[in-house]
Amino acid sequence: MTDLVPALPYGRVLEVVRAPAAVLSQPGLAVDPSDPAIVELCADLVATMRVSPGCVGLAAPQVGVAAQAFCVDVSGHPKARTQHGLIVLVNAVVAESSRNERAREGCMSVPELTGDVKRATKLTVHGQLPGTGASVEIHTDAFEARALQHEIDHCSGKLFLDRVAGAHAIHTRQVYLDPRGAQ
Amino acid sequence: MTYLAITVLGHDRPGIIAQTAAALASCGMNLEDSSMTLLRGQFAMTLICAGDAGTAEVEAVLAPLLDGSLTVSVREVPDESAHPVLGDPYLITVHGADRLGIVARLTGVVAEAGGNITDLTTRLAGELYVLAAEVDLPVTVDVAALTDRIAQVAAELGVDATLRPVERDEL
Repeated sequence: MTDLVPALPYGRVLEVVRAPAAVLSQPGLAVDPSDPAIVELCADLVATMRVSPGCVGLAAPQVGVAAQAFCVDVSGHPKARTQHGLIVLVNAVVAESSRNERAREGCMSVPELTGDVKRATKLTVHGQLPGTGASVEIHTDAFEARALQHEIDHCSGKLFLDRVAGAHAIHTRQVYLDPRGAQ
Repeated sequence: MTYLAITVLGHDRPGIIAQTAAALASCGMNLEDSSMTLLRGQFAMTLICAGDAGTAEVEAVLAPLLDGSLTVSVREVPDESAHPVLGDPYLITVHGADRLGIVARLTGVVAEAGGNITDLTTRLAGELYVLAAEVDLPVTVDVAALTDRIAQVAAELGVDATLRPVERDEL
């Protein structure tokens, strides 16, 4: 697990951009893992994910940078089985995927909608660690697999909206008022 | 046997579906296919029911629903349950900044190709407009050419659009 946690500087919390921002639709560029700006970007992604309630992953396009970099951390999530803790990768690709299942996803960049998306629940991802550029291979499943595919999609300019399973697979996120807190 | 198409539209409140279904059952009308949803807070229900009651009788039993906030329409339709399916099912998804003409232009491209849209949902969330439509494409359609045409029109509109086959898992 420690292999997947590169030494990163302290990151800044960045503003998360929302659709229809153009950067979310641009395929991210492959990056040089040892570029200090990319290492800093990865640190910023982690810092931004950490301060965002419920956020289990964030990709560079979501902070306005069309680059192939993201972080994921599904630790303690009830739908997660295999858990690698914090994962920070650049230039990641899906190498193998199988056992598709449909589930409802949300995204910080599409805060008002959720969508039913079919994704592989058994997954192998290849990528590089920021800083060292070391190649890593991650085998995972269940919710961590879903989170990785969602972030890799971001890095290719795709949103979950591009993958919804049908005409009735997009849902408005409901805001429920707590009557006990009503003024 | 008569088939009636019924729409109920208006301000949402608890009990609309229960009241409508009970009224239809009271005059022996069987609720067959239906679609019920909320559209920007407005309740919208469309259904087909079958039975021996006529339009006037069903209008009468639904009259208590008309409390000023709902509109109800009832009309007889032919039985078309054996409608043949045309071609292969595809899914179009579109998202981008809201502007006039997204639905008109893109569904126009589908119609020009001979595609029949069987289901369509749109959502406006802030500035983001999203469309998802299921479309039956005749087997004679050049899907690659249609994909290119959709991409071209989407680019003109400044939105992202995808066309892909509907996935079906036969178990």
